[in-house]
Amino acid sequence: MSDLPRRDPRQEWIARNRLHPRHAEVLLAAGQGAASEWWGPGGLVRRNPHAVGFVGPNGVKRIDRSGTQQGAGGGGAATPPAERKPLVEIEAPDFMVAVVPDMAGGRLSGHDRDLLGLARQLADADQVARGAVVAVVFGPHKEANFGEAGIDRLLHLDSPEVAGYAPEARLGALILVEEAWAPRHWLLPDSKLGGGELGRRLAARLGERPATGVWQVAADAEAVMGWQCTARGAAGALDIRRPLPRVALALAECAEPVSETRHAAAELALPQPLPSTLSRIQDFGQVSVDPSGVALSEAEFILSAGNGVKDWPGFHHAAEVLGATEGASRVAVDDGFMARDRQVGATGTWVTARVYVAVGISGAIQHLQGIQTCDKVVAINMDPGCDMIKRADLAVIGDSTQILEALVALVAQAREEKRDAA
Amino acid sequence: MQPESAMTPGLEVTVLVSVGRHPLTGRARRADQDARGVELARSLANAEVHLLHAGERDESSEAALRGYLGMGFTELSLLEQPEGADVLPALAEALDATSPHLVIAGERAERGEGSGLLPYLLAERLGWPLVSGLAAVESVEDGVATLLQALPRGQRRRLKVRLPAIVTVDDAAPTPRQSAYGPARRGAFEMTTGPVSDDEEWAAWQVQPARQRPKRLKIVKAASARDRFKAAAAKSEGGGGQVLTDVTPTQGAEAILTLLREEDVLR
Repeated sequence: MSDLPRRDPRQEWIARNRLHPRHAEVLLAAGQGAASEWWGPGGLVRRNPHAVGFVGPNGVKRIDRSGTQQGAGGGGAATPPAERKPLVEIEAPDFMVAVVPDMAGGRLSGHDRDLLGLARQLADADQVARGAVVAVVFGPHKEANFGEAGIDRLLHLDSPEVAGYAPEARLGALILVEEAWAPRHWLLPDSKLGGGELGRRLAARLGERPATGVWQVAADAEAVMGWQCTARGAAGALDIRRPLPRVALALAECAEPVSETRHAAAELALPQPLPSTLSRIQDFGQVSVDPSGVALSEAEFILSAGNGVKDWPGFHHAAEVLGATEGASRVAVDDGFMARDRQVGATGTWVTARVYVAVGISGAIQHLQGIQTCDKVVAINMDPGCDMIKRADLAVIGDSTQILEALVALVAQAREEKRDAA
Repeated sequence: MQPESAMTPGLEVTVLVSVGRHPLTGRARRADQDARGVELARSLANAEVHLLHAGERDESSEAALRGYLGMGFTELSLLEQPEGADVLPALAEALDATSPHLVIAGERAERGEGSGLLPYLLAERLGWPLVSGLAAVESVEDGVATLLQALPRGQRRRLKVRLPAIVTVDDAAPTPRQSAYGPARRGAFEMTTGPVSDDEEWAAWQVQPARQRPKRLKIVKAASARDRFKAAAAKSEGGGGQVLTDVTPTQGAEAILTLLREEDVLR
């Protein structure tokens, strides 16, 4: 059915006429309890002030003037923005733009999203011959919204050969992609998380001279590929302006991430299985490092203590068992329980942890600023109304001492079982 | 073990060194990561370490290169190349001729394009495996090196690689020792020549000192004034977080443990 609004003058007339016997019925059919605003027959907007607003929880009539509400029934205005974004599908793309995101922690990072935004720029520049963005994702992931990030085709490779640190096997897979679809552009993040390394390997194998540290791309009709890029050189001391080559390694914030459209993210499959290469590099997995030696600003997992912590030896023990770096709120530092260099927040360290566990921290605004970039925040607190609970992805209301004790016991038990099984 | 080590007299290590650039003054110095690479090579037991540099020899670069000699070396091989030349063919030829077991390089140069591509191109040309971002070399036994790779967030990964191999050094590698003035003066340059190939693309590019990158603007796509105000005055909110009230400590701890497992932060 078409979405064009069709006007029925008779229905509108009944809806306007409160004395009409079918008035209530017609309003119900229109999806509104009572129409608050309609176009009159003379082209004027008519309003029914009695139908505006809704009855709040206390029985008092409330009027929301943000424009999201119409009529007493609320109408259909509360659709989430995700559904309103137009879906873009590219059936037969003229060319491909390949992106290999880092997928740090199994999700698209901000850097990856910027890169996908850049890929969309390159793919959508020509309205006639549109390209498709192909993302090559290695290993298991937890990302659900690939389409929202601007991915048209998704190639997910989840075989054991490409898991862990396997640059040679991953390079082999990318070469297969190159043979199968011959993407016009290869975009990789110039990061330490693997993208920078894989991109350089790919460029060396393809015999292309890549642009590294790209931070700006602009259309230029005179360049070979139609694009000019600005890249950092000499350890960040130089800006190099050059035509955009086939393989580009881009820095974070190289372009705006996709926000206005969503894309199909249709599954792709390689036409042939991965070649079995004999890897000369053997991965023995991550080594456990002393968490207290890791700088607070770059720690991955922080257990942070505030005023609510009473049992300090228990807290330190929990941090040790969990393998977390210790942080503290300002109160805990001022009271002398923690060192000054452990303070998290505006006056202390701005942390970038993936998981931040706040124990007994109520969440002053300065502290919340310091944990802005954390992915997952867990709060353990007695007060269910504090700001930290609002920020937290998981909040447990209760006594922090007992909860930490239980957590330590659970982790120790799980380790014991693992050891018995092994 | 003893007879084997007698058969292989020692580990031959070549460190590729370059002329660095002081980030503030812009003066030539020993490059930071290369110096870390030299320090890493010095820490290897039973290793014979050679220094190799490809580039032109002038007053400032000589002073910088003598910084490496001051780390306890008597000589440095210098492949003479004109300024702006592509040093890859010359280096590949030199490494092919000497065939060391291990080649150590920094991640990227502090001058010129600094793309960090040279080790990868060398590995591709020589057909050797490459490991990037090393923090330490733990041991070398029977032609297999056990390495510690530096990951972001202070993490480490253990790898084994079959020699000969090329490795690059991360900033997390041990800090280089100070360069001693006397040995640096006494050290000699062993000059060699190699094939010269011009880098024409580099000459065609526009190069200028880096300017500050524009700060990203926070774009608020709001339809109404109320939404704009909310966006401007918003505290950081998780939105839709799960709140567990009236649970026993064990239940709460289980929920937390599940989240930690999902995020894979427990080791």
